Amino acid sequence: MDGPIKILVPTGSLGAGAREDEVRYGIARGAHAIATDAGSTDSGAAYLALGISKNNRGSVKRDLTILMRAAADAGIPLIVGTSGQAGGDRNLDWTRDIAMEVAQELGLRPKIALLYCEQAKETLKRYNKAGKVSPLPPQGPLADATIDACDHIVAVMGPEPYMAALASGADIILGGRTTDTAVLASFALLKGADVGAAWHAAKIAECGAQCTVSPIASAGVLISIGASGFEVEPLSPDNRCSPESVSAHMLYENSNPFLLTEPGGVLDVTAAVYRQRDARTVAVTGSVWRPQPYTMKLEGAGSRRFQTIMLIGIQDPHVLANVDAFHDRMLAALYDRVHKTIGPAAGDFHISLRLYGWNAVSGDRPPPGTAAPREIGVLFVATADSQEMAAQIAKACNPYFFHFPVLMDEELPSYGFAFSPADIDRGPVYEFLLNHVVALDDPMELVRTVWIDMAQEEAV
Amino acid sequence: MVKLKDVCRHVRSKNAGPFWVTFDLFFDGAEKFRDYHAHPALGPDTFQRLYGADPALVQHYPVPSLNMVKISHARTSPQGGMVERDMHCGQQFVRLLDVELA
Repeated sequence: MDGPIKILVPTGSLGAGAREDEVRYGIARGAHAIATDAGSTDSGAAYLALGISKNNRGSVKRDLTILMRAAADAGIPLIVGTSGQAGGDRNLDWTRDIAMEVAQELGLRPKIALLYCEQAKETLKRYNKAGKVSPLPPQGPLADATIDACDHIVAVMGPEPYMAALASGADIILGGRTTDTAVLASFALLKGADVGAAWHAAKIAECGAQCTVSPIASAGVLISIGASGFEVEPLSPDNRCSPESVSAHMLYENSNPFLLTEPGGVLDVTAAVYRQRDARTVAVTGSVWRPQPYTMKLEGAGSRRFQTIMLIGIQDPHVLANVDAFHDRMLAALYDRVHKTIGPAAGDFHISLRLYGWNAVSGDRPPPGTAAPREIGVLFVATADSQEMAAQIAKACNPYFFHFPVLMDEELPSYGFAFSPADIDRGPVYEFLLNHVVALDDPMELVRTVWIDMAQEEAV
Repeated sequence: MVKLKDVCRHVRSKNAGPFWVTFDLFFDGAEKFRDYHAHPALGPDTFQRLYGADPALVQHYPVPSLNMVKISHARTSPQGGMVERDMHCGQQFVRLLDVELA
């Protein structure tokens, strides 16, 4: 391929809102592929544990319609990673169904590659037993019991499965869980672009217009990856990139601003130089890729406990005169109430009271003398080993939580509550239980590629 | 007494994966970066005091080209756990603003 390889990154995440005019602009600028991720771990473990997206179906369908039509018209591939928010098999199948529906509606017959990376527990136990799984800080060694506690486990893919699917002629790739960077770098890596530049460009573009001067003014960016560096520009003519906006994006959601560990190596941008190329474009050189033994990160989500919540609002000046003392007395009374009414059957339960308007976000005590606000909201959270027990604990606490007196000789107060019944079963507490990597001889070892050729299907 | 908020133009916090939180401290110019970015009050002890962080797992990365320092530490409770109060850690920076830089 002559000249730089141009990747159109339409949005920070599929479903967030691709813009047709921006996609047209990127195609007109000569994009060779459209690439975007469709999720992350940011929104929590529930989406992997349940195999669902945080997006509604309609917003994903809308973006896929724009992107599939543009890619088909231009005759370039569309590459989507971390399908359906978490990239588990169910998340990917949900996205596949939407893409096939869009193809039928648009009269397209694409060849679709589905890249699955969800792992069976027995497979992982085998790798673990062979000593191929290692923990990342702050985690310790992986126990089989932890694997069993997960509802779904994915191995985070690198670019290799995407490169293989592109080489086999995929029009559309829908991938399971993948590093954002691998999704965006895969096409350029296949076409032989500079490896360091391809990875660095992908990192800069991973959140779409987040690396621009006005992230709300546009949705996407175009990255152009050459033999010795890359350039990045917004897809909206009204927006621009600056050396600061681009270099600052290396900081985003990264614990280390200079090194980014990926499957098969580390991107090192310590010596990168960011220059303003023209009014809207930034050029970057000096990105280095350091190959390492191949690993995939494991992500596993499961639930071990359940919660029931209740909410009240308090304006009573007697309570607000000493919020912390009220909190401590009420919490002690609630624990006492559960011990007396449920006893040992309550198991290893936990109650927390979160005082919105006072210290709910941190849980810290405000400094002495801090003035109370006009009102506070108190969120009661009971956690127990079953949903039924969490609900029983909330019901036992109900009269104390809603009517706990400040002064012992006053008539019982009633705090402001909005719903009846007042207790709400919140469901399982979903947690990420794995923070480990698995060492592999072959990047495809834990990946399954399934093809759907819609032209063939129609013929059959 | 100079506080962190007096010498920074922007301070933010965010989750960096489910197990880490990262703070970005953008100083107000090269001079303030030089004078304060390595201040002992921004060391591991402060993160232990404010967030319960394990001092051995507090990392400090100055980025002179942006007049900023990035400080990352392992979360005491992984994202979304029983006692979660700030899923994205987006409000955690506030407690740093009043740290005194003598």
